[in-house]
Amino acid sequence: MAIAEWRQQLKLGEVSARELTDQHLERIAAVDPKLHAYLDVTADRARADADRIDAARTKGDDLPPLAGAPLAIKDNLCTKGIRTSCSSRMLENFVPPYESTVTERLWQAGAVLLGKTNLDEFAMGSSTETSAFGATSNPWDLSRVPGGSSGGSAAAVAAGECIAALGSDTGGSIRQPASFCGVVGLKPTYGRVSRWGLVAFASSLDQVGPFTTSVADAAEILQVIAGHDPRDSTCLNAPVPDYCASLDTPLDGLRVGLIRECFDQEGLDPQVKASVLAAANQLESLGAELVEVSCPRFNDGIATYYVIAPSEASANLARYDGVKYGYRAEGAESLATMTAGSRAEGFGSEVQRRILIGTYALSAGYVDAYYKKAQQVRTLIRRDFDSGFKSVDVMLTPTSPTTAFEAGTHADDPLAMYLADLLTIPANLAGLPAISLPCGFDDAGLPIGVQLITNVLEESRLLQVANQYELAANVMASKPSGSLIP
Amino acid sequence: MDPYDLSFHRIMSKSVDRRSVMAASASSGQGTWEPVIGLETHVQLGTNSKIFTSASTTFGDDPNIHIDPVVCGLPGTLPVLNQKVLEYAVKAGMALNLQIAEHSKFDRKQYFYPDLPKNYQISQFDEPIAEEGWIDVEVAEKGKDTYTKRIGIERLHMEEDAGKLVHAGSDRLAGSTHSLVDYNRAGVALAEIVSKPDLRTGREAAEYASEIRRIMRYLGVSDGNMQEGSLRCDVNISVRQGPDEPFGTKVEIKNMNSFSAIQKACEYEIQRQIKAYETGEPVVQETRLWDEGKQITKSMRSKEGSSDYRYFPDPDLGPIEVNEERREGWRAELPELPGAKRHRYAEEFGLSVYDARVLTDERSMAEYFEAAVAAGAEAKGVANWIQGDIAAYVNANRLGYSELPLRPEQLAEMVKLIDGGKISGKIAKEILPELLEKGGSPKAIVDERGLGMISDPAAITTIVEELLAAHPDEVEAFRGGKTKLQGFFVGQLMKKTGGKADPKLANQILSQKLKG
Repeated sequence: MAIAEWRQQLKLGEVSARELTDQHLERIAAVDPKLHAYLDVTADRARADADRIDAARTKGDDLPPLAGAPLAIKDNLCTKGIRTSCSSRMLENFVPPYESTVTERLWQAGAVLLGKTNLDEFAMGSSTETSAFGATSNPWDLSRVPGGSSGGSAAAVAAGECIAALGSDTGGSIRQPASFCGVVGLKPTYGRVSRWGLVAFASSLDQVGPFTTSVADAAEILQVIAGHDPRDSTCLNAPVPDYCASLDTPLDGLRVGLIRECFDQEGLDPQVKASVLAAANQLESLGAELVEVSCPRFNDGIATYYVIAPSEASANLARYDGVKYGYRAEGAESLATMTAGSRAEGFGSEVQRRILIGTYALSAGYVDAYYKKAQQVRTLIRRDFDSGFKSVDVMLTPTSPTTAFEAGTHADDPLAMYLADLLTIPANLAGLPAISLPCGFDDAGLPIGVQLITNVLEESRLLQVANQYELAANVMASKPSGSLIP
Repeated sequence: MDPYDLSFHRIMSKSVDRRSVMAASASSGQGTWEPVIGLETHVQLGTNSKIFTSASTTFGDDPNIHIDPVVCGLPGTLPVLNQKVLEYAVKAGMALNLQIAEHSKFDRKQYFYPDLPKNYQISQFDEPIAEEGWIDVEVAEKGKDTYTKRIGIERLHMEEDAGKLVHAGSDRLAGSTHSLVDYNRAGVALAEIVSKPDLRTGREAAEYASEIRRIMRYLGVSDGNMQEGSLRCDVNISVRQGPDEPFGTKVEIKNMNSFSAIQKACEYEIQRQIKAYETGEPVVQETRLWDEGKQITKSMRSKEGSSDYRYFPDPDLGPIEVNEERREGWRAELPELPGAKRHRYAEEFGLSVYDARVLTDERSMAEYFEAAVAAGAEAKGVANWIQGDIAAYVNANRLGYSELPLRPEQLAEMVKLIDGGKISGKIAKEILPELLEKGGSPKAIVDERGLGMISDPAAITTIVEELLAAHPDEVEAFRGGKTKLQGFFVGQLMKKTGGKADPKLANQILSQKLKG
């Protein structure tokens, strides 16, 4: 059910917030044992919140925009009084004494928290397999991964376990799982949404965004969570436009750039390529002009990212030392062994690998060759986009080179796993808003995602193009049946 | 300390005062050694809240009272720069004649230690807020000529303070059973000020540190309390066999909590290093602690190869921008600084170097002095009264000059009464305790109690004549050559007039009458 539709039904009293919440809690009870999208389900709180909304409606109060909308939240967003584990042994028992800005805004807008969703440990991964508390499955095919790192949120939305969900995207962690799970995933402009309360992975890349079943819903959620926050110095103090206002504007005269380097990828699945090109053609039929653009440094994104993100992570995760909170190793004889033991036991291998990479890249003697060089390349990638946006309004690429892969495929090959983010990373490096939405299915019945990218703070245009495509293509009308797809 | 250490001794002072170098050179059996000293000063900036969060900076409360999720580095928290800290740092930089950077940034300095909640310190690495400046330091030492020396300042940067470890069962980590951590101090704003290696004696080092403290207190950006740790100095020190020789091995000294400790630690360390070189002992690059009890420096840890702090720009904090308008706005708020005041007091008021130094030591004292002078009193007289009875009263009662009941205008009135011959210094001294305690108009007190000076020659002549008549023997002795007896008559005269006779006039009339 779309948020706008739900709002109408609630207003007319056709469905109560409590009924909607209960329906979703029942759905979770029915499917989540197989899916494992949720780490914690906050059923009591959800019912209480829903009851409050119903009471307010009965009283005749004005209802806030997301009143009664049952949502799931990625478990790296701090929720006051509710465990926030980052799917890590390290924070298994961490209960934040504060609320993240994004979730605070959602609750103020009347949304109902259903629970916290699974992720790759500290959002490091592309399959949700590095979670310390077990992997999440893909609702289209339980033997496959949902993508990552926000795999829990993507799977929950796809399986109808919530109306919408929040994720975070550092190198594709919203868009890639959205693509794998056949839902809409939006990564806003860096700084459009506050990071206060988002447990940091790579601070200069992390951004919170929604998973939804429609572009219009993504606009609804973004409307609530976007905007300046004095608690985050990197949060932009720019006015928040009405994201729903331009959704219906036709695409006449729109220039869509197909990034040549993306379509030349060796590892690009031909079915994915064909489906995404068909999406481009659909845009053309809607009045857009297709233009080929070149971002010569696009494919350097992955190497750049795997220096910058681990470098920042190595510092961001240094605080987990067993001293103040979080996991502490037993029986340590000294401070050094306590710290080392807590980190060795508290972090999984992928997190440790990235801390090691980042520590190395920042070390004296290597910092110029790695970290500083990567920052230079990052600037070049940004410039590629800058020059590209002189001739086009929006760029189009596949979201992922492949559809959802079998669980365990890349378990022993981190580099192969890293390539899953090849096409999503450049938007993070350049700080640009990007969205993934379903554009078709492969022979195995798995969803394919198309990625659209615009210039900074042009979320309105991004949502407009995505919405026009979504309405015209009506991809979900011809969806194959999936294991747990409603 | 940090990577600047490595380059520290490569930066040679451009303006070393030769005279002071020669004067400062330490002699020994085999020749002349030149000490080379540089200071790293950490000044706690006196903002009410911490550098990146609104937690209080109050000192001395129970442990872990002034903390919040940002201070503790809880996951998902973010730092936001306290703009007052930036203002204080820029003002401090301008007062030290540093160039203020239009663009600077924060970096993360990474090392694991439990007093550092995030296991990195937010500091400034290669783009500090202020660079390249100097201060003029007046070096005064008993038995030596006072001289002024310009000391170069490399940089000033902002950073956050760490918490404090309390080791149980021992005052050191070694031997303790367990350690407790108090994060009250964590996140308090610091300005780190790095001098150039321009200092040559322990006294110069102490005077430099003292001038830094004085400037910070004048600016109101720090209380500079060394006991409470709001001003902390680390000394880098080496010796070499002459100004053209390469630098010797550098040693860092910590743990001095007074200026005299800085001086003594330097002096001890200079001699220790010279002796080591002369007896063929190695001088190793290390950190030493000043032991106040034993008055020696002790090795704490060797510092072979510096730590790798893996600095990189903090992605949580944007660039720091200080445009011209903002900078000049802050500059306009700077008070006259102690160096300028010292200069002006000598030039404008003709005060001695010593008087100027004492009066300008504290801004409140200087302002009190200036207010009294502005009220029309003679500077020298005001200076004497302030440095004497008033300072004694203020110190004894732990008062600030702003809370002293005797207002500067009232002091000026008293000084004018003396200079105008209305009362004697003796009377002034008598009424001062009451004025200091309650304030009030000295003139009113003098009038009310009839304490005004007798300056009518006729009246004094009458009294003198009476005196001479009453002491014929003494008059005869005087006239017989015992001229010292004039003092006896002055004493009698003052006794008789209750100290109110104009001393100059009295002496004059007395001399005349005694001669017969």
